Amino acid sequence: MTVLVIGGGPAGLAAAVSARRRGVPVVLVDSSDQLGGQFWRHLPDERPAAHPERMQHGWSRYERLTGELTADDGCEILTETQVWAIERFDEGRSTIAAHLVTGPADGTDRPKRTIRADALVLAPGAHDRTLPFPGWDLPGVFTAGAAQAFAKAERVALGERVVIAGAGPFLLPVAASVAKTGSRVLAVYEASRVRSLAAGWLPKPWRLVGAAGKAAELAEYAAGHVRHRIPYRTGHAVIAAQGDGRVEAVTIARLAADWSPIAGTERTIEADAVCVSHGFTPRLELPIAARCEIGADRFVVTDAGQRTSVPGVFAAGEITGIGGVDAALAEGAIAGHCAAGGEAGDAEIRAAVRSRRVFDDFTGRIEAAHGIRPGWTGWLTDDTVVCRCEEVPYGRLRSVASASSSASLRALTLGTRAGLGICQARICGRTVEDLAQRASGCALDGTTLDRRPIASPIRLGELAADDAPRGARTDLPPTGAHQDAHGRAEQEGAHGRTEQEGAHGRTEQEGAQWRTEQKGAHGCTEQEDAHGRTEQEGAHGRTEHEGARGRTEQEGAHGCTERKDDNT
Amino acid sequence: MTARLLPPDDDPIRPAAPRAIRIAIDGEPAEGVAGQTIAGVVLGSGRLNWRRTSVAGSPRGLFCGIGVCFDCIVTVNGERDVRACQRRATDGDVVETQHDVLPEVAE
Repeated sequence: MTVLVIGGGPAGLAAAVSARRRGVPVVLVDSSDQLGGQFWRHLPDERPAAHPERMQHGWSRYERLTGELTADDGCEILTETQVWAIERFDEGRSTIAAHLVTGPADGTDRPKRTIRADALVLAPGAHDRTLPFPGWDLPGVFTAGAAQAFAKAERVALGERVVIAGAGPFLLPVAASVAKTGSRVLAVYEASRVRSLAAGWLPKPWRLVGAAGKAAELAEYAAGHVRHRIPYRTGHAVIAAQGDGRVEAVTIARLAADWSPIAGTERTIEADAVCVSHGFTPRLELPIAARCEIGADRFVVTDAGQRTSVPGVFAAGEITGIGGVDAALAEGAIAGHCAAGGEAGDAEIRAAVRSRRVFDDFTGRIEAAHGIRPGWTGWLTDDTVVCRCEEVPYGRLRSVASASSSASLRALTLGTRAGLGICQARICGRTVEDLAQRASGCALDGTTLDRRPIASPIRLGELAADDAPRGARTDLPPTGAHQDAHGRAEQEGAHGRTEQEGAHGRTEQEGAQWRTEQKGAHGCTEQEDAHGRTEQEGAHGRTEHEGARGRTEQEGAHGCTERKDDNT
Repeated sequence: MTARLLPPDDDPIRPAAPRAIRIAIDGEPAEGVAGQTIAGVVLGSGRLNWRRTSVAGSPRGLFCGIGVCFDCIVTVNGERDVRACQRRATDGDVVETQHDVLPEVAE
């Protein structure tokens, strides 16, 4: 049997090590060219740090995990590898297929490969959720995650006078990193007020026994803040950013308990970088493609062995709840062990199970202390951009939603284009759902913007090309292996499209490259599926012809089709 | 002042001596060090924005920094729609900014 682990952050690394300890072959896949995920992002091999531990927490753990895996012939590590689709078959062995493409990010002609596995551990992690505010689309406004990534992996300071704002314990390590990268952190503004923080962090303190390491970590950040003289203000938010073509100043306001800004408390401070994060959004496209049950809290549902609702598919880390690195390591170890045939009660993972019990509690505490409160919309103006890609302002979103009698989220996104742009609603999706729900005044149809059957961008030329040459472990599933309507639809989405694009694949050799935006490619061939997605949305997808620099927009909803194509 | 690369001598984590690289963005040279992403080199050279949006023509640059938002896409050596925060820069890369205007409605 083979265990496929997707994601090389703390959860994925722990899963791979744990599965290998049971003697099972492991394939570990990560989109970056280095392991460690966002948490252990670090300088590239071209200029390694002599003292990475000065910027990292638990660096020795990272070195142990990666050291064990890289020295192990039984673990194949595929870095710079994107999983662009995932399939599951209901019968036979090796029921999971992951479609991969390996090479520089967003490259051309990258070799494809399909891996069949008996068990799959999903550990794709999460990304920042940033609530919109007037001016958040100005250059110089970043997510807190961007500041952290560029501090850890680039040693680039994003500004001289930096404001950090939003909600959650993540703001503290970001402030520490930014300060260690040579910027002056003017302040950290935490939206939650002291009372909410106490409500989240103080009750049942005995449950934090065992989390002493976490307390030490937080104490270290606090000490760093004292050293760098960084003020930490609770109950405050950045409610606007101003500037001519870039951030020059931000408006700070005090917030009520529901996060609505309190009139008269606004003040403006000069800053050249603003790093804002209000929590995290789990990366759900792969678990959804694998048809894992997603809970009402919008995280993947797992049992004691980190099993999802789908046989053979396990989940670990932030996609099961935002619990931090310790929870991710524990869940990963359990997931890897069980994916390799073990049981949650086995002695080998007793320490991980105990650790999970301690640190899973953090998920609830973080939500109770820092969870987004509804009054934040009080800082929106009608012209505040909500969907950054399609530049959809709050006023239009609200007026379309309130004027429509439809309870369909899809109707709203098609009517406004919110969430249909290049990021495929990764940034604005949760916010668009929230605002649509409120503006329509009735419960929406329950669809979400998390579903992206093509999980990462792949160019049409690559899609059309043959899989990796013979000799590589490439085993495309036989067509007959698809047992259900959805699986078949997925298959047609990928391979039917490939055939149609054969001609374009040939033109690619003449210098043209094709790229497909995720929903576009899939939707174009998808007629109907278990999720009730319609043709119109597919027609809304975008196909870009890159060699000719023209763009083909297939605007089904607007009834327009334009082709600019030098090669046809 | 805007974004900048922390000089290795001032850096508490002591990175190894960097190898300088040079790329061009819209014909302008930008200096960086080997292993940086294109976004890192461009930001480090003092430029904060590069893409222009389709609807309003607004300036955009780095936002999420981890490959999620696609705000930072550029053309690299003729290859369009490359996330600048995800692609490592190599010496001599020719980077062009993108402004993808909306298509006109066909009659």
